[in-house]
Amino acid sequence: MTGFQTLFYKEMLRFWKVATQTVAAPILTAVLYLLIFGHVLEDHVQVYPGVKYTVFLIPGLVMMSVLQNAFANSSSSLIQSKITGNLVFVLLTPLSHWELFGAYVLAAVVRGLVVGSGVFLVTAWFADMSFAAPWWILIFGILGASILGTMGLIAGIWAEKFDQLAAFQNFLIMPATFLSGVFYSVHSLPPFWQTVSHLNPFFYMIDGFRYGFFGQSDVDPLHSCLAVAIFLILLSGLAVQLLKSGYKLRH
Amino acid sequence: MAAIQINNVEKSYRTLKAVNGISLSIEEGEFFGLLGPNGAGKTTLISIIAGLNRADSGTVTVHGHDVVSDYRQARKLLGVVPQELVFDPFFTVRETLRMQSGYYGLKNNDPWIDEVMHHLDLTNKADANMRALSGGMKRRVLVAQALVHKPPVIVLDEPTAGVDVELRQTLWKFISRLNREGHTVVLTTHYLEEAQALCNRIAMLKAGQVVALDSTSALIKRVSGSQLVVQLASGSLPDELKDLVSHPEELVLGSKYTLRVNEYQDVEPILAKLRLSGAVIEDMQLQQADLEDVFIQIMEGEK
Repeated sequence: MTGFQTLFYKEMLRFWKVATQTVAAPILTAVLYLLIFGHVLEDHVQVYPGVKYTVFLIPGLVMMSVLQNAFANSSSSLIQSKITGNLVFVLLTPLSHWELFGAYVLAAVVRGLVVGSGVFLVTAWFADMSFAAPWWILIFGILGASILGTMGLIAGIWAEKFDQLAAFQNFLIMPATFLSGVFYSVHSLPPFWQTVSHLNPFFYMIDGFRYGFFGQSDVDPLHSCLAVAIFLILLSGLAVQLLKSGYKLRH
Repeated sequence: MAAIQINNVEKSYRTLKAVNGISLSIEEGEFFGLLGPNGAGKTTLISIIAGLNRADSGTVTVHGHDVVSDYRQARKLLGVVPQELVFDPFFTVRETLRMQSGYYGLKNNDPWIDEVMHHLDLTNKADANMRALSGGMKRRVLVAQALVHKPPVIVLDEPTAGVDVELRQTLWKFISRLNREGHTVVLTTHYLEEAQALCNRIAMLKAGQVVALDSTSALIKRVSGSQLVVQLASGSLPDELKDLVSHPEELVLGSKYTLRVNEYQDVEPILAKLRLSGAVIEDMQLQQADLEDVFIQIMEGEK
């Protein structure tokens, strides 16, 4: 195994050894969202013509799980090893900044997709799902998980304490996810908030992901894909630069 | 080519100058001691060599490879045992060592991992989780982790701090063997007798600077003569002997005194003066100067 493969494998093992907490728990949370919101809103809301609210909700919940878990994986791994000090075992090795970046983000993507698939498999029991454009599902799933895995990496590098990481998660990631149209279509918003939503990169991830299921979306999926890809490239550039400079890791 | 070449390295933390212009050359095959009081800059210097810290100025090379611009080569050649007792609670000892081998791109490293575990008395803990190990055992794993890739240069930052005699002996036996086989060893420790027994050359650091650099034997020769340690049952040290006391705090504590003697002939007059003053000797030893005396002299001389 190369150094990169080892770190990737270690990161996978790290979450897999505590899969109850890292995989099963988020799946349960997503199912609860579906049952409660689906039950309350099923008869009152129809976002796309001919698409039941529960069916509309499922891709959003799946994507939300993918994003949150990708973020949680890289960020918690980094902050834990920073605080316990065992990050030194990685920092002492010849692993390059690209290898560190690749291993942490790829493991985050895997966790995001594993949880997302789990959420989908369980929630799909409650609704009749269609797959209008399955490639878009995969593409947006991977891109979204990569973005959040990278954000987790940046947050993990930056944060020195758990509460700083929690702030990053609660004041940035959570609002951006909830306001991106997981539970609604942004077309139902007043024009001003529609414009604001279009500045939120999370909106394009979820909108494009949903297009894969219904073949309908607020924005052209190609346009969303471009927005998401550009955002990923910018974030990755920042993350690699931070790793290369040793920011907050090599003092 | 030097195993480790340090050129004019400086490093500050805000207003504190942790390393203040250190230059050192550690040759291949040496057993090199880096001594100094807490806060002298030993760990900072080691962290700079290991790439964990970045120097503000100056350069460090390991076998000619710069630790910043050519860090991959430099780190492959270096095995560092950090001072802090850190571990990854997710894994067993064997998993930890396999993982560490993997970071260096080593496949099928089990024969060497087994050998290292054997020499550090870790074999029967191979499948124990890291969390379940005692402090001493965790320290052994830290040493093993630094050795998985058979680094030609081994750096140990206070590896024996707070560990029992057994581990110290096991560890030094193994490290000495590696040194005889050609590995360069750099050691920091507060146990000066350890440094005296193991190191062929020593640098003493104080306030981020090298204040002494010489072979261990030459350093010990700097403190001439021996010491006469007397413990008095009654009476006190006569004034004319107070100049000979080598640890000033003993004058305050009373009863036990360490006196400098240059030759054996000096002993008799001292005893005579004590007898004349009416002091009664309870215990008496004649000691050869050791590294501790040198250390104290150099650190006090630099005040």
